[in-house]
Amino acid sequence: MRRPGTLVLLLLIAAAPAFAHQQEGQAAGFLNGLKHPVTGLDHVLAMVSVGMWGAQLGPPALWLLPVTFPLVMALGGFLGLLGVPLPGVEVAIGFSALLLGLMVAREARPPLWAAAALVGFFALFHGHAHGTELPVGESALLYSLGFVLATGGLHATGIGIGLVHRWGWGRVALRVTGAAVALAGCAFVWRAVW
Amino acid sequence: MSLARRHGPGATAAGAALLLLAPASAHAHLVTTGLGPLYDGIGHLLASPEDLVPVMAMALLAGLGGAPSGRWALFVLPLAWAAGGLAGYRVGAPSSPALLGAASFLALGILVAVGRSLSPGAVAGLAGVLGLLHGWLNGAGIAAAGREALALAGITAAVFVIMALVAGLVVSLRAPWTRIAVRVAGSWVAATGLLMLGWILSGRG
Repeated sequence: MRRPGTLVLLLLIAAAPAFAHQQEGQAAGFLNGLKHPVTGLDHVLAMVSVGMWGAQLGPPALWLLPVTFPLVMALGGFLGLLGVPLPGVEVAIGFSALLLGLMVAREARPPLWAAAALVGFFALFHGHAHGTELPVGESALLYSLGFVLATGGLHATGIGIGLVHRWGWGRVALRVTGAAVALAGCAFVWRAVW
Repeated sequence: MSLARRHGPGATAAGAALLLLAPASAHAHLVTTGLGPLYDGIGHLLASPEDLVPVMAMALLAGLGGAPSGRWALFVLPLAWAAGGLAGYRVGAPSSPALLGAASFLALGILVAVGRSLSPGAVAGLAGVLGLLHGWLNGAGIAAAGREALALAGITAAVFVIMALVAGLVVSLRAPWTRIAVRVAGSWVAATGLLMLGWILSGRG
């Protein structure tokens, strides 16, 4: 097979109508799930930052961080859905944008396990916040599928932005973007505390 | 003392299967294409993410294991699906597919995300269990809806085709990033399964 990418694309396009037959309201569950992660700026900035940081760090962090985040986020969502309390969720989400933005701004290169632990720690709080907000009565499968796809899409967006890291001007632009995210994180923390 | 310690992992797997197949509210539905039960079965698989995603995840796992694993899964999964479907059609009661779906998503997603190659025998065993459980639910649902068993042939054919396409594609991947993309897809499937499980256990669904 010479062009596997083309076949993947065709398969993805072909799979799209699969949701069309669902019973009434279920397709809306997928769309609501898709929408949920992109409706909060604090979540969006943190998740895009994960992708940008991964792109700065390169392999294997490039793929390890986006694998870690959705899995741990789902664990947080699981706890949130079951009503298990987690203290300081909003403050931690604010700090996630602040610290992840700082990592990008400083082009920090900690050991791989430390980067994964930092991302995983914050993912737990993001997931918990989402888990407690999930609406009653939606299709669990389609909502969850949309939710995870949107989260992955945000990471992919961050990785896409981070590809400019190969150029000198791109490295500077990425660091400036990271600083902007960190500043926004300060505002989120301020809002959460006061 | 746990069930696994007293009776081994086989007993645990059997217990889990019984729990997943325990009669509950029926959510099974079959697409009506207007082209007959065979095409209704094909349409069902393509339009049911609770069955389609685990088949694709199984194909990803088999493909990561290489051509021998892919060949085993290609034949074991559809055959087990058909066998489970016929058994479910004859004797099965409609069960809760949501819990089985969550368990399938979670287990297969984690295995794909971890990216460790399993032996062809292990892949075939997993494919057999997956096919029997999902096939059983499909068969029971089709019988409960009063539809023809021929739909099972359509589902089985669709399972075979999807397995062949996806596993074949993954086996052919050579660039390192493409196999990483497969593992990322696995992590998404696992994350979806974990969220589904929380949703079901919290009673929000």
